[in-house]
Amino acid sequence: MNQPNSPSPLPPSGPRMFQKPGASFPERSTRLSSRSRQTLALMSMTLPGVLLLLIFSYLPLSGLIIAFKNYRAADGIFGSAWAGLKNFEFLFASGAAWRITLNTLWLNGLFIITTLVISLTLALLINEVRSRSRALSGFYQTALFFPFFLSYVIISYFTYALLSTDQGLLNSVFKSLGLEPVRWYSEPSRWPLILVLVNLWKNVGFSVVIYLSGMLAIDPEYYEAAALDGASKWQQVRFITLPMLSPLITITVLLAIGRIFFADFGLFYFVTRDTSLLYPTTDVIDTYVFRALRQLGDFGMAGAAGLYQSVIGFALVMFSNWIVKRRDPDRALF
Amino acid sequence: MTAPALELRRNRSTPLPPIHYAIHALLLLVSLLFLFPLLLVISASLSSESSLLERGYSLIPQAFSTEAYQYLLRDPSQLLRAYAVSGLVATVGSATSLLVMALLGYALSRPEFKFRGVVSFVVFFTLLFNGGLVASYILNTRYLGLSDSLLALILPYLVVPFYVLLLRTFFAALPSEIIEAARIDGAGEWRIFFSIVLPLSTPALATVGLFSLLLYWNDYFLGLLYLSDPAKYPLQLLLFNILNNIEFLNKLPTSQVATVVPPTQTVRMAMAVLATGPAAFAFLMLQRYFVRGLTVGSVKG
Repeated sequence: MNQPNSPSPLPPSGPRMFQKPGASFPERSTRLSSRSRQTLALMSMTLPGVLLLLIFSYLPLSGLIIAFKNYRAADGIFGSAWAGLKNFEFLFASGAAWRITLNTLWLNGLFIITTLVISLTLALLINEVRSRSRALSGFYQTALFFPFFLSYVIISYFTYALLSTDQGLLNSVFKSLGLEPVRWYSEPSRWPLILVLVNLWKNVGFSVVIYLSGMLAIDPEYYEAAALDGASKWQQVRFITLPMLSPLITITVLLAIGRIFFADFGLFYFVTRDTSLLYPTTDVIDTYVFRALRQLGDFGMAGAAGLYQSVIGFALVMFSNWIVKRRDPDRALF
Repeated sequence: MTAPALELRRNRSTPLPPIHYAIHALLLLVSLLFLFPLLLVISASLSSESSLLERGYSLIPQAFSTEAYQYLLRDPSQLLRAYAVSGLVATVGSATSLLVMALLGYALSRPEFKFRGVVSFVVFFTLLFNGGLVASYILNTRYLGLSDSLLALILPYLVVPFYVLLLRTFFAALPSEIIEAARIDGAGEWRIFFSIVLPLSTPALATVGLFSLLLYWNDYFLGLLYLSDPAKYPLQLLLFNILNNIEFLNKLPTSQVATVVPPTQTVRMAMAVLATGPAAFAFLMLQRYFVRGLTVGSVKG
């Protein structure tokens, strides 16, 4: 396991044990040396990438033990005293673990469902008019796709312009309708809906593009045959488009479910403006870990929450990949 | 392609079916809703401070004024510096990242590469399991000394396994005869990569390059974690701090503004517009590459 990992130059003969059985060539010295030169060249190509991964992805794995330590900066990760399961006890006893788990799962679940339904609907509508109105369809796609390219920092300016208590547009509209203005940034009960809408606004365009490209790949002869048989538009959607698209939809949704334990930090941190009044409905694992680390400086508990997320997240990815693999092995991640 | 053929077959002069008008009306409405927040912020940035404070945000400036922009442009150094940091990080980062990932993806796409299985595992395992934020943070600040260094904004995003996967899939679909022919002519792997594979792969490289550029340009997270020196703040981090704390905005020497109250609300919005503008323009120019790249990816699987 370790030897092929290390990118050290191999002896010209090359160890035969890593070669696949069928791939061996007749033992001719010129052939061999050119093959090992090739292996060497390919190894050297992977070197920068593998090194970066070892440093920035694999080295931190050793730091996972911090979840079981009473971390003190002066002692470092390995010098700090062991704390057993104290960090976890604290995390779960405070009720925080329950809250952030529930928020993460329930909000991400809402995001997956709403994004699927809305983007599929919009893609079907655009697909319907696309062949007759190219320019307008292009405009729709651009308008829908545009927010995907903005960062949540910029988006938080937009939401602030809408939601600010004294100057926000929504409250102006409420006032002109004779309704009570709402203090949006201090009412947690409103936020699941707000977050769903902001998430839709930013991400739906991306899914629309994916689904539209899937629809473009459907052979138009199916529709022509169906139309000849007198099928209505709705029947064509129901019995041609959706079935043809179902592998793409399944994979997209399953991959999203695999990531359901990981929240979009920018959405939950910037759009809520990190308002503590809103934590009951908007605090997710990622924001909790960030705050524990950067604001409280509680490395042990942040580490415990992070390890909890990594482990459950890993299980969910494996699970959804297992389902993907059963349905469509080509689309499985591994 | 079948789409143009289909269009030819249809008679263009027949009137649109009535249902199309309803669909267009709905889609137009949705599109305008999507553009609405952007217009709101632009309008606010062009309003006078007093009208914004009194009457709030509106779609059309109630009292047109460019005072916010004038205020910002009197001393644009803070904004320009943040632009320079973001630009530097995004260009250096995405160019380096593209090279590193393409090399990695190419090696992984060659079936005769002896260590393909092992290296693939090393790359893709990181998609599944990671050490989490805390360990990376301690490693980068304490052991690698990346605090307050621009390298902290670049290095962690250089290898994105998902993009390596995309590039690998694309390279693997190139006709192997061309590579074989070059090999028989005596070209080494590096030569083949640079003079044959890369020129044939511009669509994939463009898509991944753009995604990487976007990742760097829009990133706030690494800055939030590793930077404490405001002089090194990239654009997104500067904007975040200004929204939360207007004091963060460069103060002009008091003699200049003694009589003027700084138009803080509108200045915030003008700042957002100035930060979004170029990126939005680039998006309009480049979006078709995104769409094309995604289309290739999803059709090929």
